[in-house]
Amino acid sequence: MMTNKVRVATTSLAGCFGCHMSFLDMDERLVGLLEHVEFDRSPLTDIKHCQPCDIGLVEGGLCNAENVHVLREFRNNCKILIAVGACAINGGVPAMRNHYEVQECLQEAYLNGVGVDNPMIPSDPELPLLLSKVHPLHEVVRVDYYLPGCPPSGDAFYAILSDLLAGREPSLSKTMLHYD
Amino acid sequence: MQQLLQGEPCPDQAVNGLMPHLLHQLHAIQQQYRYIPTQQSKQVSETLQLPLAQIESVIDFYSFFTRTPRGQYTLLFSNCTSCGDLALMRELCQLLKVEQGITRTDGLVSIDETSCIGMCDHGASLLINDRVIAHLDSTRLKQIAEYIESKTPLDQWSPELFSINTQIYKKGLLLEQPLEQGSALTAAFKLGSDALIQTLKQSGLRGRGGAGFTTGMKWEFCRQAQGAQHYVVCNADEGEPGTFKDRILLTDHAHELFEGMTVAAYALGAQQGYLYLRGEYRYLVPHIQQVLTERRQQQLLGQNILGQQGFTFDIELVVGAGAYICGEESALLESLEQKRGVPRIRPPFPVTHGYLGQPTVVNNVETFVAAAHIVSKGANWFKAHGTEQSAGSKLLSISGDCTKAGIYEYAFGVTVQQVLDDCGASDAQAVQVGGPSGTLVHRKDFGRQLAFEDLATGGSIMIYGQQRDLLKVVRNFTHFFAHESCGFCTPCRVGTPLLRKYLDKIEAGHGTAYDREEMARLAKLVKKRSHCGLGQTAANPILDLLEHFPHVCEQRLLHQEYEPFFNLDAALETTRQLSHRDDAEAHLA
Ligand SMILES: Cc1cc2nc3c(=O)[nH]c(=O)nc-3n(C[C@H](O)[C@H](O)[C@H](O)COP(=O)(O)O)c2cc1C
Ligand code: SF4
Ligand code: SF4
Repeated sequence: MMTNKVRVATTSLAGCFGCHMSFLDMDERLVGLLEHVEFDRSPLTDIKHCQPCDIGLVEGGLCNAENVHVLREFRNNCKILIAVGACAINGGVPAMRNHYEVQECLQEAYLNGVGVDNPMIPSDPELPLLLSKVHPLHEVVRVDYYLPGCPPSGDAFYAILSDLLAGREPSLSKTMLHYD
Repeated sequence: MQQLLQGEPCPDQAVNGLMPHLLHQLHAIQQQYRYIPTQQSKQVSETLQLPLAQIESVIDFYSFFTRTPRGQYTLLFSNCTSCGDLALMRELCQLLKVEQGITRTDGLVSIDETSCIGMCDHGASLLINDRVIAHLDSTRLKQIAEYIESKTPLDQWSPELFSINTQIYKKGLLLEQPLEQGSALTAAFKLGSDALIQTLKQSGLRGRGGAGFTTGMKWEFCRQAQGAQHYVVCNADEGEPGTFKDRILLTDHAHELFEGMTVAAYALGAQQGYLYLRGEYRYLVPHIQQVLTERRQQQLLGQNILGQQGFTFDIELVVGAGAYICGEESALLESLEQKRGVPRIRPPFPVTHGYLGQPTVVNNVETFVAAAHIVSKGANWFKAHGTEQSAGSKLLSISGDCTKAGIYEYAFGVTVQQVLDDCGASDAQAVQVGGPSGTLVHRKDFGRQLAFEDLATGGSIMIYGQQRDLLKVVRNFTHFFAHESCGFCTPCRVGTPLLRKYLDKIEAGHGTAYDREEMARLAKLVKKRSHCGLGQTAANPILDLLEHFPHVCEQRLLHQEYEPFFNLDAALETTRQLSHRDDAEAHLA
């Protein structure tokens, strides 16, 4: 499967998929993009593991052990890794739990919460363990670029990808960084 | 406990005449209850006719107010590189069996750290219920612990503990010849306000608080501005770590300061002045009040000052509550207006829209003192000293690794080397000029001059000998800014804690070249994008270190591409235990 297309992988860690939805907001520009781009691991392709890629887009921060494994897989395979959205950059909404101890969170969810049946903290090895705090990506791997926003607009996705495809240093216009 | 409370008069009652002000009310409550109970906030809201939300936001803004009880003895150790020693804090914590930041269960004592308290020439120091104890060592700590355990009221502690005796090693223009009381005012009346402002402009006097704006021009702009009232405000917040020269002026030259403010009032047509004093200097309040009373008695304040018909002016004292940002003039005005000290958007500047939206002159303590001297002695007397662009003299607060820490007054233009020679600093590797927001000067640059056109300084000179770890010093400064950021704008609120994180990582030996580059990138961003002077200077120590002392950082770096910010496997420990798991998936390498 040798082509000249740029391989792009995307994933969502501790995020809400809002960034991916916004990615789709590139709308018809996606068609043009697909002439130069091929998707590797991504919710769009359902490929389970990354092959070597040019660009990795990661939405969401790190809340559990599995997030760490996926992120490392991306870092190991992607030449350029981009932290996409507030959660990936700062921890975002999931990091609101950082004001509490992880123990308190689990107790509230599985022991003391309203309507909890058969209270117990799950121990199934299938379930990834929670990290004590939610972390942004750059605290666990090296990150090359940050695409801010919650979520970044379709225009912002298009701008950063166009720049990278054209071999330019990516830069977002002021209007794309203005959020109110 | 109750007796102890009664044994200690609340300072604001003891010092009668402190004006009604939210900060004063809250301080009195904090003194009495050791925190601000909600019930009391509601009462203050009613008496001062301020919304409860404003009261609560103010409580949370200033570090000396708390919503949970501190100890009957509340100790705050300075964490400054000159007057702080946190090892001593930990020692006292052990002696008193108390954890930092957590009030002992019997409510007797709490111990925590605080930003520089301006005792840099006195070695390790602390605040205890608004009073200062300097020259801390193990012996003193034992003494303090005994007094506390035996619940001895502070008034009965050995007075020696509280003595503060600052050495003035070098006197210049201002300190050499004290001004005769009233002489500047008499001269001002003779000149009239126009000529007075001209004199100030000719003298070349520039603000001593740091920014160095021409004082005569500031007064002129303010005088020209339309307003129902004009105000004169003295900035005695002196929060820049390493600075203590205003404390000496307030202690020994308060008359000259008030004379300068009164001259300003005459020039502007102002009737009311305020002295905004940092909370750390609250022990000076009785003295300052005494000087104000004397001046009223001598007709140097009040109605028809010195018989000048229609010239009425008085000065009130407002005491802050532990917030470095309140030294920034517009934040100071917000604080005077009983609000959180958040810097205003400028322009408009205080000279046109200051206190209560009226034209206001805000000047540093030393600026007012110098203005009084100039009006009395003439522009040329002043201009004959210093350099072309920096007329006159500057008071320096010198501390750190030298044998003679104290106050020095030099004509502008003196070299760093000269200063070091005079204060007995023979092995300095670096000098921080102008405090953390200033410049870190390498020994190869000790030939540089102290002057607005070269090394500007508000007066802080901190000396670091060969033994000092400069990375620790810069880390200390970076923590200071992250702590003091007022939180108003994102580049500083988010940026300063991130800088702190990178520096902590590098200091702990976990940083890589990548971290250093990211930190430098972030530092430039914080500097460029922040709203006020705090954020705009917060990254200076890091940038100076990277530029002039690259090896200090380099030595600490790991030679690998990347290192995480935390131990991943340890971050799973709690959930491993809660779920009773120890399988391979329950670990991260
Ligand atoms: C974060 C910050 C803290 C400041 N702290 C002080 C201070 O403690 N004392 C002071 O006189 N000026 C301080 N300034 C400078 C004031 O904003 C203002 O420029 C000064 O009071 C003007 O007086 P001057 O012209 O007499 O220097 C500070 C500025 C900033 C940005
Ligand atoms: S940044 Fe916003 S949109 Fe994106 S994953 Fe986080 S919460 Fe969702
Ligand atoms: S730069 Fe910092 S201190 Fe100044 S307004 Fe912004 S957050 Fe507040």
